[in-house]
Amino acid sequence: MTTELTRKTATELVDLLAARETTSVEVTGAHLDRIAAVDGDAETGVHAFLHVDAEGALATAREADERRSAGTPLSALDGIPIAVKDVLATEGLPTTCGSRILEGWVPPYDATVVRRLKDGGLPILGKTNMDEFAMGSSTEHSAYGPTRNPWDRTRIPGGSGGGSAAAVAAFEAPLAVGTDTGGSIRQPGAVTGTVGMKPTYGGVSRYGLVALANSLDQAGPVTRTVMDAALLHELIGGHDPKDSTSVDQPLPALVEAAGQGASGDLTGVRIGVVSELSGDGWQPGVMNRFQESVDLLVKAGAEVVEVSCPTFVHALATYYLILPAEASSNLAKFDAMRYGLRVVPEEGASAEQVMKATRDAGFGDEVKRRIILGTYALSSGYYDAYYGQAQKVRTLVSRDFSAAFEKVDVLVSPTAPTTAFELGAKLDDPLAMYLNDLATIPANLAGVPGISVPSGLADEDGLPVGVQILAPALADDRCYRVGAALETLLTDQWGGPLLAKAPALAPTTEGATR
Amino acid sequence: MTDTLVAFDEVVERFDPALGLEVHVELNTNTKMFCGCPTEFGAPPNTQVCPTCLGLPGAMPVVNRKAVESAIRIGLALNCEIAEWCRFARKNYFYPDMPKNFQTSQYDEPICFDGWMDVEVEGETFRVGIERAHMEEDTGKSTHVGGATGRIHGADHSLVDYNRAGIPLIEIVTRPITGAGAKAPEVARAYVAQLRDLIVALGVSDARMEQGSIRADVNLSLAPRGSDVLGTRTETKNVNSLRSVERAVRYEMSRHAAVLESGSKVLQETRHWHEDTGMTTSGREKSDAEDYRYFPEPDLVPVAPSREWVDELRGTLPENPTQRRARLQQEWGFSDLEMRDTVGAGALDLVAQTVVAGASPQAARKWWLGELARRANDTDTAIDALGVTPTDVAAVQELVDAGTINDKLARKVFEGLYAGEGTPAEIVEKRGLAVVSDDGALSAAVDSAIAANPDVADKIRDGKVAAAGALIGAVMKEMRGQADAGRVRELILEKLGQ
Repeated sequence: MTTELTRKTATELVDLLAARETTSVEVTGAHLDRIAAVDGDAETGVHAFLHVDAEGALATAREADERRSAGTPLSALDGIPIAVKDVLATEGLPTTCGSRILEGWVPPYDATVVRRLKDGGLPILGKTNMDEFAMGSSTEHSAYGPTRNPWDRTRIPGGSGGGSAAAVAAFEAPLAVGTDTGGSIRQPGAVTGTVGMKPTYGGVSRYGLVALANSLDQAGPVTRTVMDAALLHELIGGHDPKDSTSVDQPLPALVEAAGQGASGDLTGVRIGVVSELSGDGWQPGVMNRFQESVDLLVKAGAEVVEVSCPTFVHALATYYLILPAEASSNLAKFDAMRYGLRVVPEEGASAEQVMKATRDAGFGDEVKRRIILGTYALSSGYYDAYYGQAQKVRTLVSRDFSAAFEKVDVLVSPTAPTTAFELGAKLDDPLAMYLNDLATIPANLAGVPGISVPSGLADEDGLPVGVQILAPALADDRCYRVGAALETLLTDQWGGPLLAKAPALAPTTEGATR
Repeated sequence: MTDTLVAFDEVVERFDPALGLEVHVELNTNTKMFCGCPTEFGAPPNTQVCPTCLGLPGAMPVVNRKAVESAIRIGLALNCEIAEWCRFARKNYFYPDMPKNFQTSQYDEPICFDGWMDVEVEGETFRVGIERAHMEEDTGKSTHVGGATGRIHGADHSLVDYNRAGIPLIEIVTRPITGAGAKAPEVARAYVAQLRDLIVALGVSDARMEQGSIRADVNLSLAPRGSDVLGTRTETKNVNSLRSVERAVRYEMSRHAAVLESGSKVLQETRHWHEDTGMTTSGREKSDAEDYRYFPEPDLVPVAPSREWVDELRGTLPENPTQRRARLQQEWGFSDLEMRDTVGAGALDLVAQTVVAGASPQAARKWWLGELARRANDTDTAIDALGVTPTDVAAVQELVDAGTINDKLARKVFEGLYAGEGTPAEIVEKRGLAVVSDDGALSAAVDSAIAANPDVADKIRDGKVAAAGALIGAVMKEMRGQADAGRVRELILEKLGQ
């Protein structure tokens, strides 16, 4: 029974809870058992979690069951367990951002997203692994060791939110929260065969999200189905007075849009295939699956055209100026003065020496690389040529989107150029690593929403491939409608969810307990 | 180490000073610039803090609308343009009392710009150009423990209080002030003094220099007389009294002159002002190496005050303090000295309110600068915190004018007011302070005074009326001062046949 519970989608679990066929304690316990069985450590297991809060999750589950009995659930997802990326502040639970420099830090406050989960009655299973401060596309830059892809544990689960995606793909959690600065929700979704949604910039509060690049960061749902993502998005989204950049207007009807799309009918929907986001250098298996998805969209009644967004070819370079600039400033606060790691190089060291030694010991190479890049890009004399210029190109990228959305309702592309690569394959080649986010970055630069939906397995390696659906800002509902339609059509074709094809994970530890 | 100085008279003979003032005004908003923490002065360390002002990972700022309002009102009072659209920027540098290691400030888009203020020194008016007034947050406050000097060098540890971190500040920056010559020190002082008065009139700050709610940085450079090129400047930090502003300018002028005359170059640097010695010492050298890497704060949206709001705020501006003072002096007929004393005692508004309450300007001035100023001084209390209101003072004067009490009794009424015994009329009643004009009691007192002083009585009978003073004194003593001295005199002369 408990194994079956971990295979259910959140939507199915909600129905079971409503019908009193299970309890939140059972559901939560089943997922904790699964975590204990397969998560293991960075050497052997999936290693999706950096911290598991079994006690807290079960306590919340018991309360959720009482509410269900009393007929007073707090939200549609009351009692459904969830995993949270370790970049979101959780009161009373460690929050490391995958970095040594925050080892042992326990925030005294909740991020708004976390607050909303708690207010909605969701048991928080734990905190998921990530590239240090969300810098990476493979989760190999975590200071606590990599997460492994449940499809093949020698491969990367994507990044930076590899932990959240792997947790959901490995049935360790039905739902997770991720964050996406240049693709960190969508790209892990693609390579693990899960659904990842990056909402419109400002659609979900950033308060309590430890900033990588404030103007690009956005939290969003990581799930196994489009409908689950819509349910979670409606819970965590919406205006927050604590985040000045949050959008002060109601969310579109996302669950309704996902429901509408699930019929598989897209008559009258205009879809643009972005010509710059595919082609030479893209893995053939990725392109094949993408083409099949496009064909299915046509079959569903959509009008598909090719659209050019010429400035997208500059998006990656632009991103790697804006992101490091903002990050270099954001990360300055980690100085050992108030919290986190403190390295005292010698007796009687000055505050400045302690700051230097701590930052040297506490930050990994990728973080240091980007701090240096960003510091340089903002320096007097270089600002206009780098940061200033990047902001101008960013405006051009937004204009390309605007022009495209005058012709079509949504844009589509493969989510990532390749399937999951081997652990270590690109660790020494930062530029190759950065290319993973080629297709996902433009949405962050322009602040538009995007969802990645599984589109099948690549012929060469049998690994998952994702298709990305981009919509205009504030029109997140279009991502859900088209995403759900594609999901329905593909699932029918496969005869079940893609993850059913994933290999079973052998338990990593004997006599796992919780 | 003592600097070589050139006598001030010689400095101004050979050099033209250029002044620049950067004044930080701590606003008196109830909450901080970017969070809801209280701003009360003097709370126990680190009790007025939250994730945002502590810069905890993930926390975000939200702009305090009241602080923006205060900034705009200050800008309008300084004849500035108000930006239609402006942003906050991050000023990046590492310092332990700065929680985020960047200060959220404004850079090339200040909310107020291009204004001016006329400053008067000894009848001469200098127009000070205001380059900008921008919003920013204060830092925490470091206390260095264990060293002899209280400075970081030699200390064995430092304590940081973040209560001050995030308090809203407005930084007001002048354009270079040239042409003041020998009056430069006075102009600097008068500018800060007038600015402080303006801030007080606007009600946007406690404006207490001694508590650091107004802090002045003084920039100074010298150029050879007649040269139109500005010299190298120094920036003297945290000059925290009006007198010190004047002294610091004077000192730096003499020091710069000595450096230049010796053929050396003035170092562009920060200087520290020492109130006790009246000297400045070198701080850190300001060079091109200092790069704050400003960029727009991505966690905040632009501030775009509507023109309607700006106009509405324009309507709330008080009368310009300098103009108001001139108007009141004329209306009241005060001499320059009387006016200066009134302002100096911090009693201008009190006198004005007392006049409004019905007292004559001279009577109002007499009480506030006499009895009440003395009381304030003796008890080390602010003059507006004595428990005596302008209405009370006007009521006391009314009782004097009506002959109910005399000035001596009025002082007893004030004692009653200090003790919170009620209104002046009630105090007169309760303490039985009214002047005695009952001839029965007076007559008896006069009779006994005559009987006790036969020699004096004889002199008066002989026509030496001036001697009556001695008898009046005796009667007043007998009556404990509660008699109308004029009536006593009449009775004495009457009884002695004069």
